[in-house]
Amino acid sequence: MSESLLVVEGLVKRFPIRAGIFHRLVGEVKAIESVSFDIKSSEIFGLVGESGSGKSTVGKTLLRIYKPTKGTIQFKGRDVTKLTKETLRFFRQQAQMVFQDPKSSLNPRRSIKSTIEESLIVHKVAKNGGARKKIVADRLAMVELSPNYMYKYPSMLSGGQRQRVAIARALALDPSFIVLDEPTSALDVSVQAKVIRLLQRLQAERQMAYLFISHDLSLMRTIASRTAVMYLGRIYELATTEALFTNPLHPYTKTLISAVPVVSAEERQMKPKKQSHGGEIPSPINPPSGCAFHPRCSLAEQVCAQELPDLAEVLPGHFVRCHIAIDALSANTRKMHLVNSAKEARNKIKRR
Amino acid sequence: MMDQYMLEIRDLYVYFRVYEGISRVLDGVSLDVRKGEQVGLAGETGCGKTVTMKTVMGALKIPPAIIPKGEVILDGQNVLKMSAKQLLQMKGTKVSMIFQDPMNALNPVFAVGTQLFDVIRFSNRHTSNGGKLSKKEILNRAIAALDEVRLPDPKRILNSYPLELSGGMRQRVLIAMALVNEPSFLIADEPQTALDVTIGAQILDLLSELVRTKGISVLLITHNLGVIQETTERVNIMYAGQVVETAPTALLFENPKHPYSQGLLASVPRLTGGEIAEGIRGTVPDYTAVPSGCRFHPRCDHVMPICSQKKPSLLLVEPDHLVGCWLYAKEGGVK
Repeated sequence: MSESLLVVEGLVKRFPIRAGIFHRLVGEVKAIESVSFDIKSSEIFGLVGESGSGKSTVGKTLLRIYKPTKGTIQFKGRDVTKLTKETLRFFRQQAQMVFQDPKSSLNPRRSIKSTIEESLIVHKVAKNGGARKKIVADRLAMVELSPNYMYKYPSMLSGGQRQRVAIARALALDPSFIVLDEPTSALDVSVQAKVIRLLQRLQAERQMAYLFISHDLSLMRTIASRTAVMYLGRIYELATTEALFTNPLHPYTKTLISAVPVVSAEERQMKPKKQSHGGEIPSPINPPSGCAFHPRCSLAEQVCAQELPDLAEVLPGHFVRCHIAIDALSANTRKMHLVNSAKEARNKIKRR
Repeated sequence: MMDQYMLEIRDLYVYFRVYEGISRVLDGVSLDVRKGEQVGLAGETGCGKTVTMKTVMGALKIPPAIIPKGEVILDGQNVLKMSAKQLLQMKGTKVSMIFQDPMNALNPVFAVGTQLFDVIRFSNRHTSNGGKLSKKEILNRAIAALDEVRLPDPKRILNSYPLELSGGMRQRVLIAMALVNEPSFLIADEPQTALDVTIGAQILDLLSELVRTKGISVLLITHNLGVIQETTERVNIMYAGQVVETAPTALLFENPKHPYSQGLLASVPRLTGGEIAEGIRGTVPDYTAVPSGCRFHPRCDHVMPICSQKKPSLLLVEPDHLVGCWLYAKEGGVK
């Protein structure tokens, strides 16, 4: 694939918790602990995790809806975190977002036309009303809605149609990158299928990159080319979607995949054994020491509670953050791994 | 034959009087749950799953609802003919429910214990042995119930408020509440949708284990076909107020016959990857102006002239597999 469109390095986002009459800082929600990844142009990059894992925060921070606490976001070679209100404009044209629930993300008092054309006005893209109307009709056609929908209001549309309008709004400025935050979780399966097909077609035609955020693993398998698994603000495994599902390495990934309710026998066969003895996702205010998954992990050893493993490239393009999984890989791959990243291997030998 | 079934719904019609006229929601629904069986009711939003469930629980408001025809027989008694008092008694002892969202199902201003004690006390008012339970006995039963759903430290949970518990724990509390009076029939309405995948899987495992060991019959209502496949023995697929197909779960998922079931299954994204189907064309009909005949015909790829004229009855296409579709009228026998 082509070069990176977006490079995220060491991204951190903490939300302060204030209390008392002086708004004293009493703690922090560590929504994103440290996240690094890159998205290539015209790639669908998936981000999965349970609620509270920080996946939506990543999406919002990438678009500067939230200001990152630390870290850099390079978009087309420019550091987005350093942009000011004025220079952010360029980025806001290029990067858009589609939210989970179209019922609340569309303004009920605005016609579809007014919703879609607002960004055209803000960014001064079309000079007059006629030109704007043409663009709005064009974007509606892209999402397979007829131009008459322009004069309707969100309450007159079905859930699937509303989400199409939200997609049309994101397409208004012809972006090269869209963050899709659970775009189909409020929809029924047969409607979801249509919206997913639409998103795939648009991506292929317009060569856009997507960050696709979802908790639905089966859906991720269908749509993403690479997938990262997040847990408590960190990426614990990152690989091509194919590799992640056929050869999951992290116990958390295995547990997630094993928990998906499936409909066919083939799917049941490919499910790995779960490697967790139950439990729930801990609070991001006070996360566990070491590997955050260790309290739920059935393979956990002493080292897991003490030291946070690195996100290591154990197979080409397959990254995992787990002491046990790294050790379990064959000596052969480990040798390859030694060559690949000598520094990390040295750390590991020291540990032993 | 009668007592073989826990629940029998026979040719049930439910309409609602609305501003636009009459909304014809349920159109001749028939389904049954045998004793000790776990049955699924699957369908998309607005297909009438909840109306069916409310009718069974006797919770429909009449009016605006009208029930022109049909029978709902729960353990030998017709629910539609019960008095309010009988209904209350039935709900306290024989039937329980688990709802979708555990936050809304629990009262946030009362401690879990208070709510659980109420449930125990309420249903014991109606038992044949009557009599009040001592406080100690109620407490013991409550603790046993929480133990059963594997909640650690039951005493602490009894004193905590719903908002102090996580989603998974709240759902466990609700399961404990539903099962504490040893009902013989349980209606579970999307018990896992509000939860994360791993927690949802834990809850479903626990629930299936408990109902199997206690021999409780279950009607599981959900739109998630994966959940149906993993937890039920038989499944009914519902579309726009009609049950279009019913069969043993494994059979139906392997070999769906009705065009709607086929379209629905093809739309489900798979763990094994691959393209998903284009979905089903068109949208769910408006209940005030439903299509004539088979309600699916405007969206069906195999539509024939007869489909818009006459509603198909459920036909037996193979042992235990009923389909309401004219495509199979020539091949199969009539039920």
